[in-house]
Amino acid sequence: MKIFVCIKQVPDTETKIKISPDQTGIDSAGIKWVLNPYDEYAVEEAVKLRDANPGSQVWVLSAGPKTRVVESLRTALAMGADEAIVINAENLDNFATAKALAEVIKAEGGAKVIFSGKLAIDDNASSVSQMLAEFLNVPHSTVVSKFTFAGENVVVERDVEGGAKEVVQMMTPAVVGANKGLNMPRYASLPGIMKAKKKVIKEVEFASLNIPATDVKVKYSGMTLPAEKPPVKMISGDAAAQASELVKLLRDEAKVL
Amino acid sequence: MGKVLVFTEHTNGNLKRSSMELLQAAAKSGNTVVAVAFGSHAGDVTAAAGHNGANEIYVVKDASLDSYNPEAFTANIASVVEKVQPTILLASASATGRDLFPRVAARLNTGVASDCTELNISGDTVTATKPMYSGKCFAKVNFENSPVKIVLMRANQLPVAAADTSKSATVVEHAAAKPDLKTLIKEIVKGASEKLDLTEANVIVSGGRGLKEAANFKMLSDLADVLGATVGASRAVVDAGWVGHGMQVGQTGKTVAPTLYIAVGISGAIQHLAGMSGSKVIVAINNDPNAPIFQKATYGIVGDAFEIVPKLTEEFKKALHH
Ligand SMILES: Cc1cc2nc3c(=O)[nH]c(=O)nc-3n(C[C@H](O)[C@H](O)[C@H](O)COP(=O)(O)OP(=O)(O)OC[C@H]3O[C@@H](n4cnc5c(N)ncnc54)[C@H](O)[C@@H]3O)c2cc1C
Ligand SMILES: Cc1cc2nc3c(=O)[nH]c(=O)nc-3n(C[C@H](O)[C@H](O)[C@H](O)COP(=O)(O)OP(=O)(O)OC[C@H]3O[C@@H](n4cnc5c(N)ncnc54)[C@H](O)[C@@H]3O)c2cc1C
Repeated sequence: MKIFVCIKQVPDTETKIKISPDQTGIDSAGIKWVLNPYDEYAVEEAVKLRDANPGSQVWVLSAGPKTRVVESLRTALAMGADEAIVINAENLDNFATAKALAEVIKAEGGAKVIFSGKLAIDDNASSVSQMLAEFLNVPHSTVVSKFTFAGENVVVERDVEGGAKEVVQMMTPAVVGANKGLNMPRYASLPGIMKAKKKVIKEVEFASLNIPATDVKVKYSGMTLPAEKPPVKMISGDAAAQASELVKLLRDEAKVL
Repeated sequence: MGKVLVFTEHTNGNLKRSSMELLQAAAKSGNTVVAVAFGSHAGDVTAAAGHNGANEIYVVKDASLDSYNPEAFTANIASVVEKVQPTILLASASATGRDLFPRVAARLNTGVASDCTELNISGDTVTATKPMYSGKCFAKVNFENSPVKIVLMRANQLPVAAADTSKSATVVEHAAAKPDLKTLIKEIVKGASEKLDLTEANVIVSGGRGLKEAANFKMLSDLADVLGATVGASRAVVDAGWVGHGMQVGQTGKTVAPTLYIAVGISGAIQHLAGMSGSKVIVAINNDPNAPIFQKATYGIVGDAFEIVPKLTEEFKKALHH
């Protein structure tokens, strides 16, 4: 069977963000790009599923500027994925991204299971997986920390509010958005890295997918850095004095009690 | 003026605060406010919805909507949208909201802005602001090509005024859509905590490795009980198995936005700050004066958590029960 994994390349958390002069994005100079952390769980689960089902194949798919996004695809290949596709695109929103991913998956003959991350740590939107599922007309589940495959269906455990969990059964094909806890992503092995370097990554131009311009639904503008925080107010004295001073400040100054 | 549809969330008929925020914001915009509530207890929400600004409420009173099913909820939201024809749809960026509305947006061929912290409605134009790159910057989200502009707001971002009990909403009973489902919710395992979820909590008391061992979290829950707070944790203690992953705050945990966040024995690693820097007031308690958490804090106490926390619990008890 065919297993797809959608991956996004994102700036490393430690990266310092500078805003572009037109305020519609960030200045990409000097940014260290990494595979979205949740997508590592997605890749790992796909590889495990493939290994448990002989004859299966893992395809990784990413939309973004091909010159840099291929790096993350190679990381996924080095972790054990079999094939990779890049959709060369820039400035898509979540809707158009999901549409493009769906079109390519359909064109490749569909998939039994499609893994994604629960969210991308840059936009923090957690929207692409659900939109993708809708465009493919298949069920989805996000924030998944346990996955079992039973051919005609899959059973997942998803984390919801207040530490609650839902056990959900979905008919395949299905989209599964990975949360932390699903597995321990493997490190790419040296032979894996060597093999990944030699792989041909299939390229698809976004323009060739015939997705109308009206499929971009939201645009960012006016990006700003957070306002400077006033410096911290340190509270001195012994423990008892500190405690009573803090309570006073929270009540009278911050007015949060 | 157009119509704003507000998806309300409730616990057995008790309207959540996050939904009151949305109803009141919608009412302030001058548009007609239409609420929608799902499930057997949906009818119990009508009074509260009216008191908080709804002109009308669509009640889809059906047991098939008692627990969240993405396919069933998508079909039912789509059916209400078709009837109401709103230009704006507001929902909370809760576990349900975040999972549901992107799918709804795809079905309705419209745009969705997730995880927003500011909302500006003028006529049928909406601009929302959302934090990006773990709160390191903010972007304005503008809608295009979107017949229904869907905005998902984080909880505790909008003010809530006292309910106006003189107001009421017209109730419209709406029949449930029953699509063929490929998704089956087999079981819901209740969380250990009866407290508000971290993402909705107004006050959070969070602990880190400075607490030394799992048993010492008791000290934090005592403090939390006095404050009506939810207890959170750093990843270090989640990974150590002291508390469940549902309690983790941060980049790979939950993004929280309380009014008050008290960080005890947490160093303030960038991945932790990513989840909590949107808190209005941050208190840091740490025995290392150079801990990075102090750079983000509003108030800082250098000291031993084991001395400070019990004292604080006492002081809050006094202050809050007078
Ligand atoms: C220069 C620039 C400008 C941008 N301008 C805008 C803008 O104006 N408006 C706007 O909305 N967005 C803009 N974006 C952001 C962006 O392209 C989409 O919003 C994004 O692809 C959707 O991802 P998300 O962060 O919402 O993903 P989420 O929904 O949080 O991601 C969930 C999962 O979906 C999958 N996924 C997400 N994105 C991709 C992808 N590209 N390829 C493969 N899998 C993916 C991953 O598995 C991921 O874990 C811009 C990006 C760039 C680089
Ligand atoms: C990809 C990635 C994702 C991550 N995601 C997250 C995340 O979501 N959330 C998260 O929290 N972390 C996350 N981390 C981990 C993060 O980098 C830190 O390791 C973690 O936050 C540290 O937890 P801590 O502050 O509890 O522990 P430590 O860094 O060990 O800090 C303990 C603090 O307690 C203080 N202390 C000790 N004794 C006392 C005492 N008696 N009284 C008062 N103070 C005391 C110490 O001075 C110290 O500052 C992530 C890391 C990576 C690489």
